[in-house]
Amino acid sequence: MAVCVAVIAKENYPLYIRCVPTQSELKFHYTVHTSLDVVEEKISAVGKAMADQRELYLGLLYPTEDYKVYGYVTNSKVKFVIVVDSSNTSLRDNEIRSMFRKLHNSFTDVMCNPFYNPGDPIQSKAFDGTVSAMMVPSC
Amino acid sequence: MADEALFQFLHNELIQYVNNAESGENENGRCVSKLENMGFRVGQGLIERFTKDTARFKDELDVMKFICKDFWTCVFKKQIDNLRTNHQGIYVLQDNKFRLLTQLSAGKQYLEHAPKYLAFTCGLVRGGLYNLGVKSIVTAEVSVMPACKFQVMIQKI
Repeated sequence: MAVCVAVIAKENYPLYIRCVPTQSELKFHYTVHTSLDVVEEKISAVGKAMADQRELYLGLLYPTEDYKVYGYVTNSKVKFVIVVDSSNTSLRDNEIRSMFRKLHNSFTDVMCNPFYNPGDPIQSKAFDGTVSAMMVPSC
Repeated sequence: MADEALFQFLHNELIQYVNNAESGENENGRCVSKLENMGFRVGQGLIERFTKDTARFKDELDVMKFICKDFWTCVFKKQIDNLRTNHQGIYVLQDNKFRLLTQLSAGKQYLEHAPKYLAFTCGLVRGGLYNLGVKSIVTAEVSVMPACKFQVMIQKI
Protein backbone atom coordinates (compact mmCIF):
# COMPACT_ATOMS: atom_id res chain seq x y z
CA MET A 1 0.00 0.00 0.00
CA ALA A 2 1.03 3.59 -0.45
CA VAL A 3 3.29 5.47 1.93
CA CYS A 4 2.64 8.85 0.33
CA VAL A 5 -0.17 10.28 -1.81
CA ALA A 6 0.06 13.71 -3.41
CA VAL A 7 -2.16 15.83 -5.64
CA ILE A 8 -0.39 18.57 -7.61
CA ALA A 9 -2.22 21.39 -9.35
CA LYS A 10 -1.90 22.35 -13.01
CA GLU A 11 0.57 25.07 -12.06
CA ASN A 12 2.70 22.57 -10.11
CA TYR A 13 1.92 23.56 -6.56
CA PRO A 14 0.66 20.96 -4.09
CA LEU A 15 -3.09 20.73 -3.50
CA TYR A 16 -2.85 17.83 -1.14
CA ILE A 17 -0.04 15.71 0.26
CA ARG A 18 -0.12 13.03 2.87
CA CYS A 19 2.54 10.61 4.02
CA VAL A 20 2.47 7.84 6.55
CA PRO A 21 5.62 8.03 8.65
CA THR A 22 5.05 11.70 9.40
CA GLN A 23 8.56 12.23 10.78
CA SER A 24 10.06 11.86 7.28
CA GLU A 25 7.49 14.12 5.67
CA LEU A 26 10.08 16.45 4.17
CA LYS A 27 11.74 13.58 2.37
CA PHE A 28 8.47 12.71 0.67
CA HIS A 29 7.98 16.32 -0.34
CA TYR A 30 11.35 16.11 -2.09
CA THR A 31 10.48 12.79 -3.73
CA VAL A 32 7.20 14.14 -5.06
CA HIS A 33 8.85 17.33 -6.20
CA THR A 34 11.51 15.48 -8.19
CA SER A 35 8.88 13.29 -9.78
CA LEU A 36 7.26 16.32 -11.41
CA ASP A 37 10.09 16.60 -13.93
CA VAL A 38 9.56 12.99 -14.98
CA VAL A 39 5.82 13.63 -15.31
CA GLU A 40 6.49 16.67 -17.49
CA GLU A 41 8.82 14.64 -19.67
CA LYS A 42 6.28 11.86 -20.07
CA ILE A 43 3.45 14.21 -21.06
CA SER A 44 5.49 16.11 -23.61
CA ALA A 45 6.65 12.83 -25.12
CA VAL A 46 3.00 11.95 -25.69
CA GLY A 47 2.68 14.93 -27.99
CA LYS A 48 5.42 13.65 -30.29
CA ALA A 49 4.67 9.95 -30.45
CA MET A 50 0.97 10.14 -29.96
CA ALA A 51 -0.51 6.76 -30.70
CA ASP A 52 1.55 4.74 -28.23
CA GLN A 53 0.58 6.34 -24.95
CA ARG A 54 -2.45 8.49 -24.46
CA GLU A 55 -3.57 6.96 -21.24
CA LEU A 56 -4.00 9.05 -18.11
CA TYR A 57 -1.97 6.57 -16.08
CA LEU A 58 1.75 7.16 -16.60
CA GLY A 59 3.09 4.07 -14.88
CA LEU A 60 6.26 3.88 -12.84
CA LEU A 61 8.00 7.24 -12.88
CA TYR A 62 11.21 6.18 -11.19
CA PRO A 63 12.39 3.81 -8.51
CA THR A 64 14.62 4.88 -5.64
CA GLU A 65 16.40 2.64 -3.17
CA ASP A 66 13.48 2.42 -0.81
CA TYR A 67 10.49 3.56 -2.83
CA LYS A 68 8.73 3.35 -6.15
CA VAL A 69 7.03 6.45 -7.50
CA TYR A 70 3.96 6.18 -9.73
CA GLY A 71 2.25 9.00 -11.63
CA TYR A 72 -1.10 9.86 -13.18
CA VAL A 73 -2.19 13.03 -14.97
CA THR A 74 -5.81 13.99 -15.52
CA ASN A 75 -7.03 15.76 -18.64
CA SER A 76 -7.10 18.97 -16.63
CA LYS A 77 -3.34 18.52 -16.02
CA VAL A 78 -3.72 17.79 -12.33
CA LYS A 79 -1.06 15.33 -11.26
CA PHE A 80 -1.45 12.48 -8.82
CA VAL A 81 1.66 10.89 -7.36
CA ILE A 82 1.68 7.72 -5.28
CA VAL A 83 4.83 6.52 -3.51
CA VAL A 84 4.99 2.87 -2.44
CA ASP A 85 7.55 0.92 -0.50
CA SER A 86 9.95 -1.06 -2.71
CA SER A 87 9.94 -3.95 -0.30
CA ASN A 88 6.29 -4.47 -1.10
CA THR A 89 6.74 -6.65 -4.17
CA SER A 90 3.29 -8.16 -4.10
CA LEU A 91 1.77 -4.92 -5.37
CA ARG A 92 0.87 -5.26 -9.02
CA ASP A 93 0.47 -2.65 -11.72
CA ASN A 94 -3.26 -3.28 -11.80
CA GLU A 95 -3.65 -2.43 -8.15
CA ILE A 96 -1.77 0.83 -8.55
CA ARG A 97 -4.00 1.61 -11.50
CA SER A 98 -7.13 1.03 -9.47
CA MET A 99 -5.74 3.18 -6.64
CA PHE A 100 -5.32 6.07 -9.08
CA ARG A 101 -8.79 5.40 -10.42
CA LYS A 102 -10.26 5.75 -6.93
CA LEU A 103 -8.21 8.84 -6.29
CA HIS A 104 -9.42 10.40 -9.53
CA ASN A 105 -13.06 9.60 -8.76
CA SER A 106 -12.74 11.17 -5.36
CA PHE A 107 -10.95 14.20 -6.76
CA THR A 108 -13.75 14.68 -9.28
CA ASP A 109 -16.23 14.72 -6.43
CA VAL A 110 -14.17 17.40 -4.71
CA MET A 111 -14.07 19.46 -7.92
CA CYS A 112 -17.83 19.25 -8.30
CA ASN A 113 -18.43 20.37 -4.74
CA PRO A 114 -19.77 23.94 -4.98
CA PHE A 115 -18.08 24.86 -1.71
CA TYR A 116 -14.65 24.00 -3.08
CA ASN A 117 -12.74 26.68 -4.96
CA PRO A 118 -10.66 25.21 -7.80
CA GLY A 119 -7.00 25.73 -6.97
CA ASP A 120 -7.37 25.70 -3.20
CA PRO A 121 -5.78 23.04 -1.00
CA ILE A 122 -8.09 20.04 -0.61
CA GLN A 123 -9.63 19.79 2.82
CA SER A 124 -12.48 17.43 2.07
CA LYS A 125 -13.10 14.70 4.62
CA ALA A 126 -14.40 12.30 1.99
CA PHE A 127 -11.19 12.70 0.02
CA ASP A 128 -9.19 12.19 3.20
CA GLY A 129 -11.07 8.96 3.77
CA THR A 130 -10.31 7.64 0.28
CA VAL A 131 -6.63 8.41 0.74
CA SER A 132 -6.54 6.83 4.20
CA ALA A 133 -8.00 3.63 2.76
CA MET A 134 -5.08 3.25 0.37
CA MET A 135 -2.31 4.19 2.81
CA VAL A 136 -0.36 1.71 4.92
CA PRO A 137 -1.96 1.59 8.33
CA SER A 138 0.29 3.63 10.61
CA CYS A 139 1.22 1.92 13.85
CA MET B 1 -36.82 13.20 -20.50
CA ALA B 2 -37.35 14.59 -17.06
CA ASP B 3 -33.81 15.75 -16.36
CA GLU B 4 -33.86 17.83 -19.53
CA ALA B 5 -36.88 19.77 -18.33
CA LEU B 6 -35.34 20.18 -14.89
CA PHE B 7 -32.22 21.79 -16.28
CA GLN B 8 -34.30 24.16 -18.36
CA PHE B 9 -36.49 25.20 -15.45
CA LEU B 10 -33.48 25.67 -13.21
CA HIS B 11 -31.75 27.71 -15.89
CA ASN B 12 -34.81 29.92 -16.33
CA GLU B 13 -35.12 30.44 -12.59
CA LEU B 14 -31.42 31.25 -12.40
CA ILE B 15 -31.80 34.03 -14.95
CA GLN B 16 -34.92 35.29 -13.23
CA TYR B 17 -33.14 35.32 -9.88
CA VAL B 18 -29.98 37.02 -11.05
CA ASN B 19 -32.02 39.53 -13.01
CA ASN B 20 -34.06 40.48 -9.95
CA ALA B 21 -31.02 40.67 -7.70
CA GLU B 22 -29.24 43.06 -10.04
CA SER B 23 -31.39 46.12 -10.30
CA GLY B 24 -30.55 49.71 -11.06
CA GLU B 25 -27.97 51.14 -13.42
CA ASN B 26 -26.27 48.94 -15.95
CA GLU B 27 -28.09 45.87 -14.65
CA ASN B 28 -27.99 43.92 -17.88
CA GLY B 29 -24.20 43.83 -18.14
CA ARG B 30 -23.81 42.80 -14.52
CA CYS B 31 -26.47 40.14 -14.88
CA VAL B 32 -24.75 38.66 -17.92
CA SER B 33 -21.32 38.59 -16.31
CA LYS B 34 -22.71 37.04 -13.14
CA LEU B 35 -24.37 34.26 -15.13
CA GLU B 36 -21.19 33.82 -17.12
CA ASN B 37 -19.17 33.37 -13.94
CA MET B 38 -21.65 30.81 -12.62
CA GLY B 39 -21.32 28.90 -15.87
CA PHE B 40 -17.54 29.07 -15.62
CA ARG B 41 -17.49 27.26 -12.29
CA VAL B 42 -20.02 24.68 -13.42
CA GLY B 43 -18.07 24.08 -16.63
CA GLN B 44 -14.90 23.43 -14.66
CA GLY B 45 -16.64 20.81 -12.55
CA LEU B 46 -18.44 19.18 -15.47
CA ILE B 47 -15.37 18.81 -17.65
CA GLU B 48 -13.55 17.15 -14.77
CA ARG B 49 -16.30 14.54 -14.68
CA PHE B 50 -16.72 14.10 -18.44
CA THR B 51 -13.01 13.66 -19.22
CA LYS B 52 -12.46 11.11 -16.48
CA ASP B 53 -12.45 8.13 -18.83
CA THR B 54 -11.26 9.72 -22.05
CA ALA B 55 -7.76 9.45 -23.44
CA ARG B 56 -5.43 12.42 -23.30
CA PHE B 57 -6.16 15.09 -25.91
CA LYS B 58 -3.76 15.52 -28.79
CA ASP B 59 -4.20 19.20 -29.47
CA GLU B 60 -6.55 22.15 -29.33
CA LEU B 61 -8.75 20.88 -32.16
CA ASP B 62 -9.17 17.59 -30.36
CA VAL B 63 -10.38 19.49 -27.30
CA MET B 64 -12.83 21.53 -29.39
CA LYS B 65 -14.21 18.38 -30.98
CA PHE B 66 -14.76 16.93 -27.54
CA ILE B 67 -16.69 20.06 -26.52
CA CYS B 68 -18.82 19.89 -29.68
CA LYS B 69 -19.61 16.21 -29.45
CA ASP B 70 -19.43 14.71 -25.97
CA PHE B 71 -19.81 17.82 -23.84
CA TRP B 72 -22.70 19.20 -25.89
CA THR B 73 -24.46 15.84 -25.98
CA CYS B 74 -24.23 15.50 -22.21
CA VAL B 75 -25.52 18.98 -21.50
CA PHE B 76 -27.88 19.69 -24.39
CA LYS B 77 -28.70 16.18 -25.71
CA LYS B 78 -27.47 17.02 -29.20
CA GLN B 79 -24.24 17.73 -30.96
CA ILE B 80 -23.06 21.04 -32.34
CA ASP B 81 -24.26 21.25 -35.95
CA ASN B 82 -21.24 22.98 -37.38
CA LEU B 83 -17.72 23.70 -36.17
CA ARG B 84 -15.55 26.06 -38.14
CA THR B 85 -12.08 27.34 -37.49
CA ASN B 86 -9.50 29.58 -39.12
CA HIS B 87 -6.70 27.44 -37.60
CA GLN B 88 -5.41 30.55 -35.85
CA GLY B 89 -7.26 30.28 -32.61
CA ILE B 90 -10.81 31.19 -33.59
CA TYR B 91 -13.53 28.58 -33.52
CA VAL B 92 -17.19 29.09 -34.40
CA LEU B 93 -19.66 26.60 -32.97
CA GLN B 94 -23.04 26.71 -34.60
CA ASP B 95 -26.13 25.18 -33.08
CA ASN B 96 -29.20 25.38 -35.30
CA LYS B 97 -31.64 24.43 -32.57
CA PHE B 98 -30.15 25.56 -29.28
CA ARG B 99 -32.10 23.93 -26.51
CA LEU B 100 -32.19 26.87 -24.12
CA LEU B 101 -33.74 29.06 -26.81
CA THR B 102 -36.25 26.67 -28.36
CA GLN B 103 -38.88 27.37 -25.71
CA LEU B 104 -38.37 31.10 -26.03
CA SER B 105 -39.20 31.99 -29.59
CA ALA B 106 -38.80 30.84 -33.17
CA GLY B 107 -38.06 34.10 -34.87
CA LYS B 108 -36.89 37.59 -34.15
CA GLN B 109 -39.25 38.19 -31.23
CA TYR B 110 -37.60 38.62 -27.79
CA LEU B 111 -34.21 38.95 -29.46
CA GLU B 112 -33.17 41.53 -26.85
CA HIS B 113 -33.48 38.90 -24.10
CA ALA B 114 -31.24 36.37 -25.82
CA PRO B 115 -27.91 37.48 -24.26
CA LYS B 116 -29.13 36.55 -20.78
CA TYR B 117 -30.09 33.08 -21.94
CA LEU B 118 -26.71 32.46 -23.56
CA ALA B 119 -24.40 33.87 -20.89
CA PHE B 120 -24.45 30.75 -18.75
CA THR B 121 -23.55 28.54 -21.71
CA CYS B 122 -20.71 30.87 -22.73
CA GLY B 123 -19.32 30.50 -19.23
CA LEU B 124 -19.83 26.76 -19.37
CA VAL B 125 -17.68 26.47 -22.49
CA ARG B 126 -15.06 28.89 -21.18
CA GLY B 127 -14.81 27.05 -17.86
CA GLY B 128 -14.53 23.68 -19.57
CA LEU B 129 -11.79 24.88 -21.88
CA TYR B 130 -9.98 26.62 -19.05
CA ASN B 131 -9.83 23.43 -17.04
CA LEU B 132 -8.37 21.62 -20.05
CA GLY B 133 -5.63 24.23 -20.23
CA VAL B 134 -7.07 26.36 -23.04
CA LYS B 135 -7.64 29.99 -22.07
CA SER B 136 -10.32 31.61 -24.18
CA ILE B 137 -12.99 34.24 -24.60
CA VAL B 138 -16.42 32.94 -25.57
CA THR B 139 -19.11 35.14 -27.08
CA ALA B 140 -22.52 34.23 -28.45
CA GLU B 141 -24.40 35.61 -31.40
CA VAL B 142 -28.04 35.15 -32.41
CA SER B 143 -29.76 36.45 -35.50
CA VAL B 144 -32.86 34.26 -35.61
CA MET B 145 -33.84 32.10 -32.66
CA PRO B 146 -33.42 29.24 -31.89
CA ALA B 147 -30.21 29.12 -33.95
CA CYS B 148 -27.09 30.58 -32.38
CA LYS B 149 -23.36 30.78 -32.85
CA PHE B 150 -20.68 30.65 -30.19
CA GLN B 151 -17.39 32.21 -31.04
CA VAL B 152 -14.39 30.92 -29.13
CA MET B 153 -11.26 33.02 -29.24
CA ILE B 154 -8.22 31.22 -27.87
CA GLN B 155 -5.89 33.42 -25.84
CA LYS B 156 -2.32 32.68 -26.74
CA ILE B 157 0.12 33.23 -23.91
